[in-house]
Amino acid sequence: MSILLDEKSRVVVQGLTGKEGSFHAEQCLAYGTNIVAGVTPGKGGTTHLDRPIYDTVHQAVDKQGADVSLIFVPASVAADAILEAKDAGIRLAIVITEGIPTLDMARVHAGFQDGRCRWVGPNCPGVISPGKAKAGIMPGFIHKQGSIGVISRSGTLTYEAVKQLTDVGLGQSTCIGIGGDPVIGTRFVDALALFAKDPETRAVVMIGEIGGEDEENAAEWIRTSGFDKPVIGFIAGRTAPPGRRMGHAGAIISGGKGTAAAKMEAMQAAGIHVCDSPAVIGSTTVRALKG
Amino acid sequence: MKIHEYQAKELFKRHGVPIPRGEVASTPEEARAIAEQLGGTKWVIKAQIHAGGRGKGGGVKLADSLDEVTSKAQAILGMTLITPQTGPEGRVVKKVLVGEAIPIAQELYAAILFDRTQACPILIASAAGGVEIEEVAKVSPEKIIRIPIDIRSGLQSYEARKAAFDLGLSGKTALKAASLLSALYQVYIREDASLVEVNPLIVTESGEVLALDAKMTIDDNALYRHPDVVAYRDLDEEEPLEIEASKFDLNYIKLDGNVGCMVNGAGLAMATMDIIKLAGGDPANFLDVGGGASVERVAAAFRILMSDPNVKAVLINIFGGIVRCDRVAGGVIQALEQVKVDLPVVVRLEGTNAAEAAKMLEDAPIQFGVARSLEDAASMVTRALKN
Repeated sequence: MSILLDEKSRVVVQGLTGKEGSFHAEQCLAYGTNIVAGVTPGKGGTTHLDRPIYDTVHQAVDKQGADVSLIFVPASVAADAILEAKDAGIRLAIVITEGIPTLDMARVHAGFQDGRCRWVGPNCPGVISPGKAKAGIMPGFIHKQGSIGVISRSGTLTYEAVKQLTDVGLGQSTCIGIGGDPVIGTRFVDALALFAKDPETRAVVMIGEIGGEDEENAAEWIRTSGFDKPVIGFIAGRTAPPGRRMGHAGAIISGGKGTAAAKMEAMQAAGIHVCDSPAVIGSTTVRALKG
Repeated sequence: MKIHEYQAKELFKRHGVPIPRGEVASTPEEARAIAEQLGGTKWVIKAQIHAGGRGKGGGVKLADSLDEVTSKAQAILGMTLITPQTGPEGRVVKKVLVGEAIPIAQELYAAILFDRTQACPILIASAAGGVEIEEVAKVSPEKIIRIPIDIRSGLQSYEARKAAFDLGLSGKTALKAASLLSALYQVYIREDASLVEVNPLIVTESGEVLALDAKMTIDDNALYRHPDVVAYRDLDEEEPLEIEASKFDLNYIKLDGNVGCMVNGAGLAMATMDIIKLAGGDPANFLDVGGGASVERVAAAFRILMSDPNVKAVLINIFGGIVRCDRVAGGVIQALEQVKVDLPVVVRLEGTNAAEAAKMLEDAPIQFGVARSLEDAASMVTRALKN
């Protein structure tokens, strides 16, 4: 099994006709993802990559039964696109777009409190269930179908971790890039709860970074919820100076909060196998599985 | 993006937050003219730099006469101001804010910032003004008022009043403070701020409520819709190499170490810095060259790394996912034909066509250390430092 995404998912791409959307959708199609439509307001009635283009997400849902949306639209209109996906009845919106203003995302967050739609991202590589479907910009070939769940705030660092897992022979059930922004739709805790219910996922690798308190909250949740699968963790940014935004909008130590040390300590206290170095994520997972 | 106090106060004024009268000056003569125009008998002269703690470093002075305004402005302008937040190198003061000195009855604290856990703005207020809020939070956290704000309806008047009365204010003064807090929320929302801080917020002897200081940070991602705020950018406050990097859309942050690094992706860049440290080296910078790692960007990145005299070795760590490693390797080789690099360079390329890329680097006329793994890369570069 896998979570969030599989071969049955019917994906609509918002921004399919744009440069980024087009390039990555083609790669997703090559991986076998069931992309059923694209949405570009004003281009309805045309086709792109052999897929029908609609003016609204509602049309894509009505005509093609889309249930997952992959969003590539520019940052200035991204919040609107996410809200449109939800209103159209999309089950899962995956937001790749980077650079969306924080207050726009806070408004989206406030509009998503009813739980009818889940969103992942923004500023993330997307979601992949290896061997089944890929909705995102990650390189498909480094993945292998298997039983390790991966949750990460980063892009290329996730690929690094996934490649290490694949190299030691451990495949992945689902890999979720939750994104590097201060406001994200799916946090570590949410993703862990989904993996808890997936019988095929045997262990979870979580890759965090400085900024915010989501890793601490996840550690606390693991400690108190009875989550019984091994968790392997790494936190990037131990050498990052306070007060500076390290690339990701959410990767900043402010007011003494969000340090790598505090996160690693909380994770260790929750029994998570914390990796000192980003080079040992694969080998640590092997050890954790042996118990 | 950080802005100066005087700029923040311009935005405060625009949205109805009461502030003391004052103007910004670049010369002692200008400062005197402003004081003369303001009238009165006592003025305050404040250094305009982005770092806080200016008073502690001698960047805030009172003047009792126009001559004193001139002499104190003279003393502050051009000085290298060192505060607890500037670091030991300090900042050269280019501008001062000259304002009326106001008799203070009470100093309070107010700020609006973003609460990541609740994903909404939050109003923070405290009756202990003039001291750092982090200190208050440590010593007496119960004295801090926190009001999370529903972004769809905004800060309600009753919430602002509740904060004002909970601060211990009463009568008309409390109502004035409440209206100031509501206006402060307008500044935060309309200008896409990530922080608006007033410390101190003062009650004057005549019962007025004013924002005596103003600190503001604007969300970089929202700058596209605030061209007037973009014009506030002060390049003198930024590291020259970081300005250069921003011209090429490179995400670069200068640090104090000796290993220059060039990585694609922010998370991997941080992880690379961490592993350099673990291997006994010290990262000289954070540098994300972006997913593509094109020749132009790699060449620009090399030029920036080479301009930092502390850099003694360079580590390139690229995970080629969608972009092929052999193309990245070609780009690195080409970039090194354009930029003179006389330091050891260790390259680690992983992903699509990694083996072909390694061979290209090994066959190149320029000497590279070609690393086979992340761990290998870090130890090779620290070994290179010792040679």
